[in-house]
Amino acid sequence: MTDEPTDQELRRHPGRGPSDILDKEDHAAIDDSITSRQEVTGLGAVLRTQPFWVFVSLIALAAVMTVVSDAFMTERNIFNITRNMAFFGIMALGMSAVICTAGIDLSVGSLVGLSGIITGLIMQAGYGIGLGFLGCMTAAALVGLVNGVLVAYLRMPPFVVTLGMLSIVVSLARVVSNNQMIWDFGPDQDLFEWIGGGSILSVPNVVWILGVLTAVFWWVWRYSTWGRWVIAIGGNAHAARLAGIPVERMLVSVYVVCSLTAGLSAFLFVGYTGSVTNAMGFTWELTVIAATVIGGANLMGGVVFALGAPIGAALIELIRNSLILAGIPALWQQFFVGLFLILAVLLEQIRNRRGR
Amino acid sequence: MSLLELSNITKSFGAIHALQGVDLTIAPGEVVGLMGDNGAGKSTLMKIIAGNFPPTSGKIRIEGQDVAFSKPIDAREAGIEIVYQDLALCDNLTAAANVFLGRELRRKVGPFSMLDYPAMYQRAGELFAELKSETRPRDLVRQMSGGQRQAVAIARTRLSDPKLVLMDEPTAAISVRQVKEVLALIHRLKETGHAVILVSHRMPDVFDVCDRVAVLRRGTKVADKRIRDTTPEEVTGLIIGAIEAA
Ligand SMILES: Nc1ncnc2c1ncn2[C@@H]1O[C@H](COP(=O)(O)OP(=O)(O)O)[C@@H](O)[C@H]1O
Ligand SMILES: [Mg+2]
Repeated sequence: MTDEPTDQELRRHPGRGPSDILDKEDHAAIDDSITSRQEVTGLGAVLRTQPFWVFVSLIALAAVMTVVSDAFMTERNIFNITRNMAFFGIMALGMSAVICTAGIDLSVGSLVGLSGIITGLIMQAGYGIGLGFLGCMTAAALVGLVNGVLVAYLRMPPFVVTLGMLSIVVSLARVVSNNQMIWDFGPDQDLFEWIGGGSILSVPNVVWILGVLTAVFWWVWRYSTWGRWVIAIGGNAHAARLAGIPVERMLVSVYVVCSLTAGLSAFLFVGYTGSVTNAMGFTWELTVIAATVIGGANLMGGVVFALGAPIGAALIELIRNSLILAGIPALWQQFFVGLFLILAVLLEQIRNRRGR
Repeated sequence: MSLLELSNITKSFGAIHALQGVDLTIAPGEVVGLMGDNGAGKSTLMKIIAGNFPPTSGKIRIEGQDVAFSKPIDAREAGIEIVYQDLALCDNLTAAANVFLGRELRRKVGPFSMLDYPAMYQRAGELFAELKSETRPRDLVRQMSGGQRQAVAIARTRLSDPKLVLMDEPTAAISVRQVKEVLALIHRLKETGHAVILVSHRMPDVFDVCDRVAVLRRGTKVADKRIRDTTPEEVTGLIIGAIEAA
């Protein structure tokens, strides 16, 4: 007197088992709903991304500012905004890679100080810009290497590793610089200051560099195996490992890339300001992480947008600039950056919940 | 010569003895069902064959050669593909990206080697068509049903032409229609000369597609019989321990 199929029946109808009777309906329903769902078109896909909506608010804020302040839409002001955001935007490109693996790098700000100081010391001693750049990037790469090895091979939490590294690097910068400011950059001083502070076709050099790097990262995320593997690791590191991806080596490379963007930003920033102290870059990591997250990165990993980095950095700089032009004391600046950060993440969550 | 020969395989996780002296032989093109209660050691045995971890002791021979896999790639290179019970997919990637994960197709453009999306979409589409699955190569795995995920995981194994395909509970938690598709696929693997080890809880699946059934109970193999020489009743008895061994 039961509805259970007999073994005889089971042998004749192999698809049919007791457990199926329970989940037959919901799975069939899921299958059907998925089959009938439309594939997302190119434009539809763009409309769903966070960078797009942050870009929209960027344009909206700029439009409001154009009306409110005569000083906003001037060549001088736009030049300043784009130049200021470039230093953070470059670093946000690297930070996006780390955050895509569900990691975080808190040491980038203090690394700007250390690699800036090292550049300064090398150039002050007269070794020229080539060696200065090499020293700067080598120091950055080493710091990234240590971060990466500790995270990937010793399985330490990225937050703790890079927090420790932040402290170590700040201290190293103080020791190496002997707490002195450097403003003499030897024979290549003019070239050095032009690279960081000059412009081509009235666009700051650093903005050109940010543009090129964004394009490179866009290509890397979309078309390179490295990019694909980093995204896969962020999605499911276990699956990536089973698929034969060298997860540890990839993680190390990601932290090195992140540190290299900090080194590059330091090199450009020292050239722009024409001097360097070991306090340079202090707390920049907060702005860089905020820019990355506003630009669409998800701290849970697996999500990355090359365009998100410059867009996030631009929004932060635009907020800062708008507050100044609107006559609101600069003391409020961090308040609004924090507000936007929380709003951006909140909106992302609301959209995700509705999408499910 | 047998394709795969396991002799006296033991695996301990600390104090837990997951496998104790298991022997198992698979002939080329043979489909063998591996059954047993939860915790009997089925997944552990599959993972040893797939190179996830080495056995604590025992020998693995492939086509008469001793092998010692230290990582899954070693097993893959020896012609063994596995569909994991948890499927091991990246939710944030498309179906095609998951099928090709770790062995992406690339094309040269000048000095650059870039992912070849058209080729991967096309090949993944062909694989899904072969599986008679409605999975679309461009869809994100996150939005997929259990059956579609299964199709992605199985399509992965079809990229190479493996000698042996391991399937750990491929028909658990999927719809009736998809179960039929998976069983049809196993039939097709058999027709094309691939050996399969199918771990399943479902008696009808095993009796439909397998040539032989092996039963594990608490880490020990208690039976290894040809399907035509046994019955679902006997196998059930062996799994739960009502029948000691056969
Ligand atoms: N990685 C592991 N660490 C510790 N114990 C494990 C591990 N994997 C499996 N086991 C134990 O080994 C036994 C067999 O597990 P498993 O092979 O997954 O069984 P089955 O797949 O037959 O359900 C269980 O007792 C399980 O708890
Ligand atoms: Mg299992």
